[in-house]
Amino acid sequence: MTSTPLKQTPLHASHVELGARMVPFAGWDMPVQYAGILSEATAVRAASGLFDVSHMGRFIVEGPHARELLNWTHTSDISEAMPIGRARYGLFCNEDGGIIDDGIVYRLADDRFLAIANAANAATVYAWFEQWRSRRLPATHLRDITRDVAMLALQGPRALDTIEHLSDFDRSAVRPFRIAECTIEGQWAWVARTGYTGEDGVEIMPRSEDALYVWQLLLERGVTPCGLGARDTLRLEAGLPLHGNDIGPDTNPLEARLARFVALEGGAFCGSEALQRIAEEGPPRRLVGMRTIERGALPRQHSPIMADGERVGEVTSGGYSPTLDTNIALGYVPARLAALGLRLHIEVRGKSIEAETVALPFYTRSA
Amino acid sequence: MNVPDDRRYSKEHEWVVAHDDGTATVGVSDFAQQQLGDVVFVELPQVGAAVSQFGQMGEIESVKAVSDLFSPVSGEVVEVNKGAVDRPELVNSDPYDAGWLIKVRLADAGELDNLMSAEAYQSLTSTS
Repeated sequence: MTSTPLKQTPLHASHVELGARMVPFAGWDMPVQYAGILSEATAVRAASGLFDVSHMGRFIVEGPHARELLNWTHTSDISEAMPIGRARYGLFCNEDGGIIDDGIVYRLADDRFLAIANAANAATVYAWFEQWRSRRLPATHLRDITRDVAMLALQGPRALDTIEHLSDFDRSAVRPFRIAECTIEGQWAWVARTGYTGEDGVEIMPRSEDALYVWQLLLERGVTPCGLGARDTLRLEAGLPLHGNDIGPDTNPLEARLARFVALEGGAFCGSEALQRIAEEGPPRRLVGMRTIERGALPRQHSPIMADGERVGEVTSGGYSPTLDTNIALGYVPARLAALGLRLHIEVRGKSIEAETVALPFYTRSA
Repeated sequence: MNVPDDRRYSKEHEWVVAHDDGTATVGVSDFAQQQLGDVVFVELPQVGAAVSQFGQMGEIESVKAVSDLFSPVSGEVVEVNKGAVDRPELVNSDPYDAGWLIKVRLADAGELDNLMSAEAYQSLTSTS
């Protein structure tokens, strides 16, 4: 086997200097933690944290067919009426309704969009766009800008104060799920009111050559650097699915409780016929949230879920929630068991751990 | 890296300190807790259980991974640190004192010779 060298974000040297523990992630050398996963997660809930998410795929889709291409490949309603500056979360589905990836599409101009893909799926999503471009919508120009602009997620209750202090960002204009061009201490960046932590905050996309400058400005303001470990803990608490764990080509958005991001009434899109059928019949299994009755061994991906001594499903994501001080998990169970307050057991290394189905998200920030 | 020289260490990163009454206290090293990251679960043997030198005695789980715990000595478990079971973060914050794991009545004090001095353990962890 040949090994490809890991890719580095423009902030790589800073991570190493800060003493981060670096791990390979989807072909990138990324920080999993600095001071510690739990203290970083707590900082985001209490104040603010800063994540380097420059490994995520960023694509410009532009041209006369750009909107149609995204409306076809993304489950959200990317209609003519979608205002410039708006963002939509949704799924990229195959013809069977299976989830190729999930991500946000931002409308930058009439015929110009920014699409974000998970690092592990970036090449697949780009190829998927390219396939539909060449087959049906040739007046589309695709550009991979992953290496041209960086991406920093500033998240937490103090995040907006910080970005407003350093830039012309205005929270009353850039409301949730919107994007604007801003100037941060003299440097251009896109600033989007989106994130993956369950907190308010922004995702900042400066030019790669300005990324270190912006990163350091934010750290100087007392923002806590956070790694992918805290990001995973926070997104699980917020009930946000992780592609490759909770969703994937073998799952569909309806069983994953993502129906609100699927515009079945908004016209045809790739996978819409299959999803329409699944919607009519009702998905046979559902994603549920579970919390363990006592702390103990952590439920993890692939831990069996048991009901009345029978294996009924498995955990797709699980772990310790510092905010709730309990262990939480997501997993698929037959639809008949997808009710709140049901007692189940999760098997972890031969131990049977009692759990209860609970409402999602596990954690909701106070307004 | 903190490696107190009042105790002995195993290759599996457990420490043991022997007392005058024939018992010994066992825990994991500072190096181990740093490698593990945030500890969120420890499973320890019951009081009265027998543990054997280098045999598995429980498990320790961090946010990211689970590892087996190996007893550095043989004997009977006479006390379990309930504090560390209830608040596993003590293993991170104070691995050599409040984060101790079990107390054992030593079956054979001579087994301590199979373990490393602080100096030897320090050089093991600085090269790994």
